[in-house]
Amino acid sequence: MNHLRPINRKAAALAQARLDQPGAARVLMLVDTPYGCSTVFAPGWEVDSSGGTYGLCQPIERDLYDCYHSCYWPAQVPDSLTNFPSWTKTCGSPVQDWSQVDLVFP
Amino acid sequence: MIYRAAIHRTFEAGGQTFAYSAASGAVVALDETSQTVLKRCATPDGVDHPRWLDWAPEEARHTQREAFEELVGMGLVRSEFEPALTADPLPESAFPLQTLVLNVTNKCNLSCSYCYEFGQDRLSDSTRARAPRMSDETARASLDMLFERSGRSRDLTVTFFGGETLLNLDTIRASVDYSERRGRETGKRVSFALTTNATLLDEATIAFLVEHRFGVNISIDGAQSDHDRHRTFKSGKGSYAVVLPRIRALLAAMRGRGGRPVGARVTLTRGMADLAETYRHLHDEVGFESVGFAPVTSSSEREFALPAEEMDRLLRGFTALAEEYVAAAIEDRQHGFSNLHDLLGELHRGVSKAHPCGAALGLVGVSTEGQISPCHRFVESDAHVMGDVKTGIDEKLRAEFLRAGHVAQKIPCHSCFARPHCAGGCYHEAHVRYGDAGSPNLHACDWIRAWTALGLECYARIWLANPGYLDRFEERPKLAVRPSLETPA
Repeated sequence: MNHLRPINRKAAALAQARLDQPGAARVLMLVDTPYGCSTVFAPGWEVDSSGGTYGLCQPIERDLYDCYHSCYWPAQVPDSLTNFPSWTKTCGSPVQDWSQVDLVFP
Repeated sequence: MIYRAAIHRTFEAGGQTFAYSAASGAVVALDETSQTVLKRCATPDGVDHPRWLDWAPEEARHTQREAFEELVGMGLVRSEFEPALTADPLPESAFPLQTLVLNVTNKCNLSCSYCYEFGQDRLSDSTRARAPRMSDETARASLDMLFERSGRSRDLTVTFFGGETLLNLDTIRASVDYSERRGRETGKRVSFALTTNATLLDEATIAFLVEHRFGVNISIDGAQSDHDRHRTFKSGKGSYAVVLPRIRALLAAMRGRGGRPVGARVTLTRGMADLAETYRHLHDEVGFESVGFAPVTSSSEREFALPAEEMDRLLRGFTALAEEYVAAAIEDRQHGFSNLHDLLGELHRGVSKAHPCGAALGLVGVSTEGQISPCHRFVESDAHVMGDVKTGIDEKLRAEFLRAGHVAQKIPCHSCFARPHCAGGCYHEAHVRYGDAGSPNLHACDWIRAWTALGLECYARIWLANPGYLDRFEERPKLAVRPSLETPA
């Protein structure tokens, strides 16, 4: 770390995890607002005024992440918490790469 | 993708800037670049990564990106799509028990006006007579439960509580014998603790406490005039003159024969004395190793409750004692202000709590009749009873209690930087104040934030001047091994 100096034990552990496996240390945290599909307005299951999806304020592919990350609907998408944490690894930018996301076989 | 600063607190010490992450509990020192980037992320719009770098001066782009990535890794900045942990699902298998608090009696030879056990705020249901003393048989059944439910935990603690604990010394002795025997059979180490008002400490009792290495906490409110205001016998006579020689005898015996350090526990009420003076009396004059202060638990209308201006005075008192602690730590000496010592230990380890305390997790309380409660403060009340030592812990009730008490359920906590340490505060206090153990203790929020901020500053100052001092927080016993999360087949 060049800009942050770990002071306590937790900070040192996070810094070390980052060295051991870059990208693997992900700080899971409580969001600052209640989360979940009933409390977040996530457009996408609907269409824009022209009947298409281009005019929506967020890409429809975001829906994939809404289920995968925050809600975990096991029937629709693999769960990111326990079983398939790297399912979207091949999908850096959902808008462009969503088709690279593969099937999983539990 | 939009990134924003997660809840955190930045603070200064010794001319340096530090940050404490509410997400991870990490404490880091920031350089100028990371301060700039963090400030930028802390605006309502956040930054659109990586596009925001296009606007950065070209020569600064690389270092700003690097600082940004480090901030993300430390949990200080997060993407708006960051997988959000709401309440962790509780593990399928029950938590192993580590600590059992046995309420060996609900009788007391004092009648302190502020007592939550017997005072105006008592939880106990007076319409039903309860067994005044725990039988040896109930204690043994409780201890069996502790051993059977302790999983892989090797170090177990049995704490005796009351009432006045020592009114039932027979059951305490029987429990110690039994625990030590079972400890030998199972290869587990058992340590003992008790809280007492010190009125019954005689020579034989003291010898017993020293021999079995009891951790003893004594309830004492300071010098005689303060102590005798609330800690009285039923006649109204103060108890100070009775307890002082007994406390001195205990301290001398513990010190002379290699016992454990003895702590004083001071209950703070309206009109309390100056904290530094109280500390000086108990630590320097009486000879306690450590002194901890706790504001009285009560509904706000009681005459002894601490009003807002007294809470400010309390914070000033804590600040003065914290100064002394830091000065001692810099000289590598141990100071006995245990509230700060405990807070620094949590900050050092980077504790980030899902629940405010171990109640119903690794710890349960048992009433004189063998009812199981989340902790000793709930025993003798029917609120949140979760089983009986004969039939075992009712896992459904335990899970319900824990689910309701999870910090994710406490919406005001979501935007608070003191969350990792506080997690909403004491269940029992919330139960008394709001009639709901799962409620955050909103009356204490400003105070807890100021206290946590003070702790962070002290922590950073000690780290700057004598980092070696902080090693002593490494030696705390480790938490129990977590039961593995079972994944569905």
